[in-house]
Amino acid sequence: MNEEKKNIVAVVGAGIMGTGIAQRFATFGYHIILLDLSESILEKAMMRIEKNVSIRKMFQADAPDAEDIKRRIHITTDYQELKEADFVIENVSEKAEVKQEVYQKLCRCLNDECYILVNTSCIPITRLAGYMARPDKVIGVHFMNPPDVQKFSEVIKGMYTSEETINIVKRLLSSVAIECTVVNDSPGFVSNRLSHLFMNEAANLVFEGVADAEQIDQIFTEGFGHKMGPLHTADLIGIDTVMQSLQVLYEEYQDSRFRCSPLIKKMYYANKLGMKTKEGFFKY
Amino acid sequence: METKKKVRDFLSRFIGNAKINDEDNIFDKKLVNSLFAMQLVVFVENEFGIVLQNEDLNLENFKSINSITDLIELKKDVA
Repeated sequence: MNEEKKNIVAVVGAGIMGTGIAQRFATFGYHIILLDLSESILEKAMMRIEKNVSIRKMFQADAPDAEDIKRRIHITTDYQELKEADFVIENVSEKAEVKQEVYQKLCRCLNDECYILVNTSCIPITRLAGYMARPDKVIGVHFMNPPDVQKFSEVIKGMYTSEETINIVKRLLSSVAIECTVVNDSPGFVSNRLSHLFMNEAANLVFEGVADAEQIDQIFTEGFGHKMGPLHTADLIGIDTVMQSLQVLYEEYQDSRFRCSPLIKKMYYANKLGMKTKEGFFKY
Repeated sequence: METKKKVRDFLSRFIGNAKINDEDNIFDKKLVNSLFAMQLVVFVENEFGIVLQNEDLNLENFKSINSITDLIELKKDVA
């Protein structure tokens, strides 16, 4: 188990990303406040953490026990409990109106010294920082999925993000064994402007019958040497999230390159959302 | 065997052209990583409608096509 740390990290949103982030920071000794809308969501998150830690222990005998990690995570539905937090990592749904409501609540309860890490796929950091009293302390951190395993993140500097915030957040990420690169603010940043074009166009190729999902991913894995093809990646992220991100990119750029594939929309309507519903481009 | 075929099909998606026998240790051969292990657990639970307990999450149960198949058959019987 890593040495206990003094800082309190609040994680807002206990979905797949928020849960994995809470697990990672707790593993590295941070005290976590995990917040979501209901007790049942939070209980599920704690069960997921327990299972993930057990899977991790299969490969790493000296990995901390689930009980030790869970002891460092306090769950709550009350924003007032975040007032002692040194850092907030926000991971709520990729919808600007949902994030806006959350930021307005955060603005009322956080202390002035708190740094806010926005974990978003596409929404510009400067837009979200505009809801906060201290936009210099707001920074984008695009954690990669699954966050308890991945070792790299894309950090996004908003228009008002200070150099001090960048340096402190780099140190924070380094303390949980995450390396990063800092890029300027732009919808989708670097990673998702590129990856969503791949995923969307791969879906169009399936839709047009040019190739099936297996073939397309094979070209990426065996041809290009990628670890995972774009359609498997879309299933991992979730078809609903991919669709929402494409909608944000389209809205922000007004560019037809980002027009969502009809197949992605159809899969969303049919609840074929990828791994989380057991079927997407592939079956799980 | 239907179960073994499904396990083999699932694995083949991750290991590309590498050839594996039913007894080969997929982790020793460095064919897969810890990210794959999470997906494997989700696959086993979802595809076969079983719930794995923490005590089932043992490397011995996941090391080869045969051991994964044995685990699934055992859990199906219990269910």
